[in-house]
Amino acid sequence: MPVSLNVNGQTREVDADPATPLLWVIREDLGLTGTKYGCGIAQCGACTVQVDGETLRSCSAPVSAVAGRKVVTIEGVSSRAARAVQKAWVDLDVVQCGYCQSGQIMSAATLLEKKPRPTDDDIDHAMAGNICRCATYHRIRAAIHAAAKQLA
Amino acid sequence: MSPTINPRRLRAGLLVAAACGSCTAFAADLRTPDSFSGIADRAERSRALFAEAGKVIRSPRCLNCHPVGERPTQGADMHPHSPLVVRGADDKGAIGMRCTTCHQSANFESSSVPGHPLWHVAPKSMAWQQRSLGQICAQLKDTRRNGGKTMAQIHEHMASDSLVGWAWVPGGTREPAPGTQAQFGALIAAWIETGAACPR
Repeated sequence: MPVSLNVNGQTREVDADPATPLLWVIREDLGLTGTKYGCGIAQCGACTVQVDGETLRSCSAPVSAVAGRKVVTIEGVSSRAARAVQKAWVDLDVVQCGYCQSGQIMSAATLLEKKPRPTDDDIDHAMAGNICRCATYHRIRAAIHAAAKQLA
Repeated sequence: MSPTINPRRLRAGLLVAAACGSCTAFAADLRTPDSFSGIADRAERSRALFAEAGKVIRSPRCLNCHPVGERPTQGADMHPHSPLVVRGADDKGAIGMRCTTCHQSANFESSSVPGHPLWHVAPKSMAWQQRSLGQICAQLKDTRRNGGKTMAQIHEHMASDSLVGWAWVPGGTREPAPGTQAQFGALIAAWIETGAACPR
């Protein structure tokens, strides 16, 4: 059935079962493949997007749950905090294999949008659900602090 | 409130009863308040009613979200919630990692992640884990620790709150809390009517 979504500022119409995971719609119907499939059970964070400014694991939410709400994916994230995160990611060469990084960046940007000077605990708690199989956690934390300095 | 019988549970209970012979109660069901009428002493009857309601209160479905400290648990074995989550300032998660990051307004079958519109952990003052049933009982009656609730409001919470009710429809392969919310509510009502005595 037709489902209307607001993704990255644009209204998009897709023909999908309302119970379809949002991730499938984002990747398969909208072609926005920057958001990754990792585990499918909200355990890894690779599929993280923003909905109304909060993080959401798109593998574990039916597309019907975001009707009328604003979805932002890695392709569309562009807040000042998000730009600072992306610059810090490049400056510190955070990425190794890169598979988890779109989810990491979405979570980091959300944290900094809400708390521009986070503590290590804030970072740990906000990022705990984003797993990196290359274990780049120290660089991720350093990059979030670096982005915070840019925002100061 | 009249208790309702779940046919699936009844069948399972009959199988258990047939297997163990001397068993007189089904592990996953609850006794009715009337079945305690043989206890003449009012306070003893009240304690027995609360102990029966305690089968629900001490179910992992309830205890997991009444944690001591910052982190909820999950599963029948009550292991630490994975991924690591904390209650945060409002009992709904940390900045950037809210409960709603994963838990939506309903159980999501595809990922087996449970959900409810009001998903959150109980406040610290209402921690039940690591506490005896008697301690939980005293806590429930203490307005400094129960959110300022009257006993009528405690009953309302137990009998009608929809997030409490999730414990009987947890989705996935999760074992529901014993009995039904209506049976649980009837036990709490009878406990209050008999003086709300606490197990020793």
